[in-house]
Amino acid sequence: MIRFVTSLLLGLTILAAPVYAQSGPLRLELDQGIIEPLPFAVPNFVPDGPAAAQYANDITRVVAADLTGTGLFREISADAFISRVSSFDSPVQFADWKAINAEALVTGAVNVSGNRLTVRFRVWDVFSGQELGNGLQFAGTTEGWRRMAHKVSDQVYSRITGEGSYFDSRVAFVSESGPKDQRLKRLAIMDYDGANVQYLTDSSAIVLAPRFSPTGDRLLYTSYETGQPRIYVLDVDRVRRTALNTQDGTMSFSPRFSPDGRSIVYSLIQGGNTDLWRMDLASGQSTRLTNTPAIETAPSYSPDGSQIVFESDRSGTPQLYIMPANGGEATRISFGQGRYGTPVWSPRGDLIAFTKQNKGRFHIGVMRTDGSEERLLTSSFLDEGPTWSPNGRVIMFTRETQGASGRATLYSVDISGRNLRPVRTPDGGSDPSWGPLQN
Amino acid sequence: MNVLGKIIALGALTAMAACTNNDPSGLGGFGNGANGANGAFASGSPSDPRSPAYFQQTIGDRVLFSVDQSTLTAQAQTVLEGQAQWLLANPDYVATIEGHADEQGTREYNLALGARRANAAREYLISRGVAGNRLTTVSYGKERPIEICSTEDCYSKNRRAVTVLTGSTLG
Repeated sequence: MIRFVTSLLLGLTILAAPVYAQSGPLRLELDQGIIEPLPFAVPNFVPDGPAAAQYANDITRVVAADLTGTGLFREISADAFISRVSSFDSPVQFADWKAINAEALVTGAVNVSGNRLTVRFRVWDVFSGQELGNGLQFAGTTEGWRRMAHKVSDQVYSRITGEGSYFDSRVAFVSESGPKDQRLKRLAIMDYDGANVQYLTDSSAIVLAPRFSPTGDRLLYTSYETGQPRIYVLDVDRVRRTALNTQDGTMSFSPRFSPDGRSIVYSLIQGGNTDLWRMDLASGQSTRLTNTPAIETAPSYSPDGSQIVFESDRSGTPQLYIMPANGGEATRISFGQGRYGTPVWSPRGDLIAFTKQNKGRFHIGVMRTDGSEERLLTSSFLDEGPTWSPNGRVIMFTRETQGASGRATLYSVDISGRNLRPVRTPDGGSDPSWGPLQN
Repeated sequence: MNVLGKIIALGALTAMAACTNNDPSGLGGFGNGANGANGAFASGSPSDPRSPAYFQQTIGDRVLFSVDQSTLTAQAQTVLEGQAQWLLANPDYVATIEGHADEQGTREYNLALGARRANAAREYLISRGVAGNRLTTVSYGKERPIEICSTEDCYSKNRRAVTVLTGSTLG
């Protein structure tokens, strides 16, 4: 377990800022439709000694990669720099950064003492010559250097966009190897950017679709270790799993936590028919939520826990429906052409991401919760299984390629539909579940 | 029809080849996808009507489905009729019916669809007199395709319910 101490930097570099006429602080308004990424400079963080040099370099590169990876920011190459930043506390030469069109500047310093690592940083609005927010310091162990870099990036992102961030977060997924007819699957967890992959199961049984708890401490997943698909809950830190007591002799799958983490909603198959059930985790008691001869699966709670969006073929083809969290009458929300599946409610509550299959292609899309304003973000032979970043800005999903050599890869895309990119994992990857921002 | 015919013929061929190679499974890996999830092992000689190999190859251990469907075709009913007769004549065996889907569809939906298919086969066998407590079902959704190309020819073979025998007299 890696823990950090965060402290405000006081009494440093609080110089009278040059007075520029300005209309307001630097702000990237994400909902205005970002076409041109915001140019920023992040000179190498200043190491306080030889032991800190590599960490300073690596942390700076992770911060730059986090920011450019959003597609919202563009890094200005160090080759263009006029000023050198050789001391964290020296006054910033704003004119030198303006001259190369940097709108934001991130400066930092790294101190290493034994296995203790301290990172300090400041974010500057170059054109107004003012600091954006206060300098901060993160202190922890050297093994946590990547997370400290992500924490710096989270601060930079939030200060410039005014929104929550997602860099210090983890993704659970299924690591895949081997051909399609003999695929080996292992449950795995990694940083959001694909670093620090850890395997949580071996490949002796098929595992499917991990789902993070709201606080990130547990994972629900489906495994065939008994020969039948059944739901397990896994303590992430201890890597200890428990079978959930669904009903004997039945298949259960597609679980998801409620927003308070105390219950789950899942699919149970009885007599060939799939319905939705809810289980209270403390008592182990399950309650039926749907009772139709149709397939009901892929449930996901609204962030306030009052409703569930799910997939059903009660109309003849798979479509999306919303019902009260305790069951009851469901309202269909998908009405476009094609088949809809795997709906996931966004953390902001305003959108539902889904998989759509139409005319031999698969898409990841989003719609409002009443089904209006459907937008398709991707298109390929097989895209499926969206998961939201903690701030509701980015969607990660599975893309599987065609044919005998087909391979599953994780991808991410901005909800604007821009910035589609693969997430690098050691083997193939599928079924991502994006966890919360870490503390 | 053609598809199934080919599978059986190919099965018989590989079984013969396997005999000369002294393959202990007797089937040379015929017709199985992976990890025993596709009825990989069927013991005995395909010419012995009481053997699982005969059940697998001569009667046919699997039925195929149309896209998104779990209704049994006339041909599927014929195969299941033969399976029912065999199971009634060989009461020491029990069976697990594995339901599968092709890769067109989400993981969750396909898991549910595979369960529907396995259940349709099970219900048919029960309607022909096989005791329900001898028949369990499992769905693999799209996790265990038997053919891995991405064309309808392969997809049609992957949309299947496979009856896998186990029993005290197996072997």
